[in-house]
Amino acid sequence: MRRLISLVVLLVVGLGIALSLSAAPFGARGADQTGRLAQDEVNFGGCYTGRGLEENAAANIVASVVVNYRGFDTLGEVTVLFIAAVGLAAVLHTRKEEATPSGAEPASLIVFTGCRFLFPLILLLGAYIFIHGHLTPGGGFQGGAVVASGFLLIYLGCRGRGLRSAGLTAAESLSGLAFVVLALIGLAVGGSFLLNFLPKGSAFALFSAGVIPLIYVLIGFKVGSELGGIIDNLAREAR
Amino acid sequence: MIVFQTFLVLVMIVAALAAARFGDLLNAVIACALVSLMASIIFYFLQAPDVAMAEASIGAGLTTAIFIFAINRTARHEEHEKAD
Repeated sequence: MRRLISLVVLLVVGLGIALSLSAAPFGARGADQTGRLAQDEVNFGGCYTGRGLEENAAANIVASVVVNYRGFDTLGEVTVLFIAAVGLAAVLHTRKEEATPSGAEPASLIVFTGCRFLFPLILLLGAYIFIHGHLTPGGGFQGGAVVASGFLLIYLGCRGRGLRSAGLTAAESLSGLAFVVLALIGLAVGGSFLLNFLPKGSAFALFSAGVIPLIYVLIGFKVGSELGGIIDNLAREAR
Repeated sequence: MIVFQTFLVLVMIVAALAAARFGDLLNAVIACALVSLMASIIFYFLQAPDVAMAEASIGAGLTTAIFIFAINRTARHEEHEKAD
């Protein structure tokens, strides 16, 4: 009986979602080459891809959508991640920290040496991904996740070495604060939140696209330190 | 190319079913990581390299590690519910 009811509910919900999505014009009528649209057309995709390059001078259109046109959503996503990390830390730290010496046996020499060799390379790759976020695929989130996986490698290979949580907290809060401050400067200068107020330069150059690379670097730091903090908390508990 | 992508999707489906079936949670987590890895390769072929990067590092890397830390603190084997 319960199965039947849940099946029926699932069907109704699925049908509702499918019907309401089928009515939405997903870029059905395309924009023309310039991206200028007729008044009543709903096609932001064509608008962004048509005008993004000349408006923001960011070679990666995804970057200019994520950081500029939809930058407010990105701020929300970063906040969600922050709240998740804070919640995890709050849950894990209710328990008293028992001062037991770490029972885990040290990793073997090969693993240890491999980690020490790979760790800087992984950090470099992550930094490359978020610094070049406005030029090549990838950006703050991806680069931050790569950096955090480098921290994970340190926990697996070099037991007993950890991140200093004070530094993590500082990097996390400072980058989040700088993100909001940059967005507010846009509001003060040009009257809209997250306005791209810096000189754009020429597209396809490293120093181009105004605030987009700055914000991407900040997001990279924030995501990397948050995910690193989550790993740090869990690994400390698991020890 | 179609054959390769079909193979990837089949591996994903099998791994997802296996993750639901395994009683040993460690095996289930590895199967989940396999699903994410295949998804990331498929994203790459669908010309979404940035999504592929995020999926590979978060889905296949960090999530697996977080699950393994959690299993380390709790139980490794699933408790079977008593049939009523």
